[in-house]
Amino acid sequence: METKVNVTIDGNEISANPSQTILQVATNNGIFIPTLCHYQNTTNVGACRVCLVEVENARSLVASCCMPINPGMVVRTDTKAVRDAQKMVIELLWSSGDHNCLTCEQNGQCELQNLVYWLKIEKPRFEIETPGFAIEDNNTMISRDLNKCILCGRCVRACNEIQVNEVLDFANRGSHSKVGPAFDDDYIHSNCVFCGECMQVCPTGAITCKMAKFAGRPWELTKTRTTCAYCGVGCQMDIFTNNGKIVKVSGNREYGTPNEGSLCVKGRFGMDFIQHPDRLTKPLIRRNKKDDLKEVSWDEAYSFIADKLSAIKKINGADSIAGLSSARCTNEENYLFQKFMRATIGTNNVDHCARL
Amino acid sequence: MAGLAAAFGSGAMTNSIAELEFTDVILATGTNTTENHPVIATKIKRAVRQHGTKLVVIDPREIDLVKYADIWLRQKPGTDVAVFNGLINVIIAEGLYDKKYVAERTEGFDSLKAAVAKYTPEYVEKISTVPAEDLKKAARIYAKANRASIIYAMGLTQHISGTDNVKSTANLSMLCGNVGIEGGGVNPLRGQNNVQGACDMGGLPNVFPAYQQVANEDARKKFETLWNATLSGKPGLTIIEMMNAAGRGDIKAIYIMGENPLLSDPDLHHVKEELQKLDLLVVQDIFLTETAVLADVVLPSASFAEKDGTFSNTERRVQRIRKVVNAPGEAKPDWEIIAGISTKMGYPMNYSSAKEIFEEISKVTPSYAGISYDRIEKEGIQWPCPTAEHNGTKFLHKDKFTRGLGLFHAVEYIPPAEVTDKEYPLILSTGRVIYHYHTGTMTRRAQGPSERCPESLIEINPADAAKFVIIDGQMVKVTSRRGVVEAKACITEKSPQGTIFMNFHFAETAVNLLTNSALDPIGKIPEYKVCAVKLEAA
Ligand code: SF4
Ligand code: SF4
Ligand code: SF4
Repeated sequence: METKVNVTIDGNEISANPSQTILQVATNNGIFIPTLCHYQNTTNVGACRVCLVEVENARSLVASCCMPINPGMVVRTDTKAVRDAQKMVIELLWSSGDHNCLTCEQNGQCELQNLVYWLKIEKPRFEIETPGFAIEDNNTMISRDLNKCILCGRCVRACNEIQVNEVLDFANRGSHSKVGPAFDDDYIHSNCVFCGECMQVCPTGAITCKMAKFAGRPWELTKTRTTCAYCGVGCQMDIFTNNGKIVKVSGNREYGTPNEGSLCVKGRFGMDFIQHPDRLTKPLIRRNKKDDLKEVSWDEAYSFIADKLSAIKKINGADSIAGLSSARCTNEENYLFQKFMRATIGTNNVDHCARL
Repeated sequence: MAGLAAAFGSGAMTNSIAELEFTDVILATGTNTTENHPVIATKIKRAVRQHGTKLVVIDPREIDLVKYADIWLRQKPGTDVAVFNGLINVIIAEGLYDKKYVAERTEGFDSLKAAVAKYTPEYVEKISTVPAEDLKKAARIYAKANRASIIYAMGLTQHISGTDNVKSTANLSMLCGNVGIEGGGVNPLRGQNNVQGACDMGGLPNVFPAYQQVANEDARKKFETLWNATLSGKPGLTIIEMMNAAGRGDIKAIYIMGENPLLSDPDLHHVKEELQKLDLLVVQDIFLTETAVLADVVLPSASFAEKDGTFSNTERRVQRIRKVVNAPGEAKPDWEIIAGISTKMGYPMNYSSAKEIFEEISKVTPSYAGISYDRIEKEGIQWPCPTAEHNGTKFLHKDKFTRGLGLFHAVEYIPPAEVTDKEYPLILSTGRVIYHYHTGTMTRRAQGPSERCPESLIEINPADAAKFVIIDGQMVKVTSRRGVVEAKACITEKSPQGTIFMNFHFAETAVNLLTNSALDPIGKIPEYKVCAVKLEAA
């Protein structure tokens, strides 16, 4: 254990580990310091300068995300100087982009919008000048509107440090810095594997989920936690619905292991099969081998199967019947299936495609 | 996972996913992790880039992980046992193994030592084409680590020697004292989401839940009492044996829940004929799959998003799934359907919820005994979890193996069942791509992934492409002794010379028309990774 040191933040005496930053200590103790570029488990870059605080005896305001605490440090997060500086930063960001919340999918969960409100800014003191980037709309999963990008760099760090896909970077062309894949490629023409981590971490509406567009406002959606059904990792995820329709899927860092909020393309963008029109909706029976499959009631289907299986068991014995359970079904269903084969039918002819 | 069960006494992943990020060495073999288990791959890549972990990749294909590897051994497909015996040979010869661990915790070392004696790096190079110096380097990296983890997947098991391959990984891991420690172990990455759970629950012909043998009289008596039924002590048939028995007329009826063997089984032509011979084929699924089209009865089931239940992930973690939306039309959860049929057959199953079934599972499954829906509401628990006070098990075999002492197996290299010849000069290997899942039933109906990967490509090395006069993007015909498929060529260094690669997600280019159903005699896994083919322009 490290020996703790004492610091004072907004008048509260706090003892904390010396390797922590002011931001970490404040957050752990319920003191809010706004941030935009900061993202847990990625490098602290101190780029956005929203997390400024006043430190006694320091010459200027300091970025709390990058400043480790010192013994006896006295910090203030809420002075006029701090708020003025934060307002300046936010107004600059606001005025240098196309932040039209009316149609933005991020409306209601945008961190820039929230800070404008929290800092009580009526309108920016600078003239709004949008960079005029073309909207990237040429794939079905992720859309990018860099006119809403505040260059916080979270997407770049998420792609490189969380997913380690190493696709995104900053590109500097003249006055317009921008983020994106190498050679200014679109996502679809780059090495991007559509894990969507960048979209999940973007604080604004610059990177959004295309399928969710116009499918419901954040506050209209219902969130249900579940486990991804695609591979053995078993990622924890939230599925969002609106009036019984699946709108989108998102990772959630609060759920912790095994995926700490990350997903892959299948988990995040592969769920439209669930409400696909091809889904089977009624039991079907083919009474004679040459017939077509015909819709029947559940009761008819159950009776048909039960009669046939009982007859086969009687004539040929239980071991002439076999069953395949499924690595895609639940534990409960696999349990019941093998119980059915063993106890109801009386055979151990039960296997699944684990080997395949 | 017979190989691990034989060596350790348990066939599951020994360690946890999270440990991979903080171990000293990761040896990845037969796993294209970035495509098949992408989120596990993020941890491996972070380990390498951010935590100084060394990565050894053993794979014939230049998979994405190779970019992150400290050393890459590109063996000829099907020569894995030779490579592992070579690594072990070097480690023993250089005295780099954990002598204390071997003496105290294992048995069979002398026979292992004798068996690997002839697998000198030079001999292994002849079989596998892996340069002797690289083999030595890799052996030293692995042996000198404090904690080293081996991960593998279907690339190791889908061979006629699959069980031996797995035993080889177990040999190597025990030799260096890596089993039973945090960050170590031998870790099979399970492909489908609930393979682990399906096995745990007894979805296998020889065992009841928690691997209690059907042939064991005590186990059988216990289940007879619990289930109030007379049970058979004769182990049943595996999937491929079932299909063969159906062909012979010995199996008359097959009930399939949520599987599509017509696309996933090797040597497809036969499977179709065999299924058509049945008196009764019942298929329960969410779509009218290739298999369902042949069925006498098709039952519509609910997808994972339309029901409650649990999945057990590859690290043995039992996690909840929850109902998100209603099932379409009259579709029902699979458990309700099974219960409906069983009740009609005079064996009533009156469960009112998945939770109630889970309560019965924890009663009859010792490794799940301490798990309940309440306990896994916020975070899943890793079995074994014997009591309600137990926190679950992060890694297995600490201090003692499930079977007591860890058992070394002397294994010999045997060439693949089908080798190349004049007529079929190339090796075909199969696998998955990141955008699709298994037989594509689900992902191919998802717009995004399908857009990114709309068709099956045949990956061909440039030298082979030149030899067979094939250009990138051209349609080509691949022929094996069993069938023909056509698809577009993709010329890439990823495939080694002499080997082409295809995925099995697409019905229209069903690669399993080509593959060989020769089985590993113990694991009963078909040899998907190696079959001989010829290639020509279509
Ligand atoms: S989707 Fe994933 S791979 Fe693609 S740019 Fe974003 S973080 Fe990188
Ligand atoms: S796209 Fe989003 S996450 Fe990336 S730099 Fe811009 S605002 Fe930040
Ligand atoms: S999100 Fe991707 S990595 Fe995670 S469980 Fe689903 S398929 Fe596997």
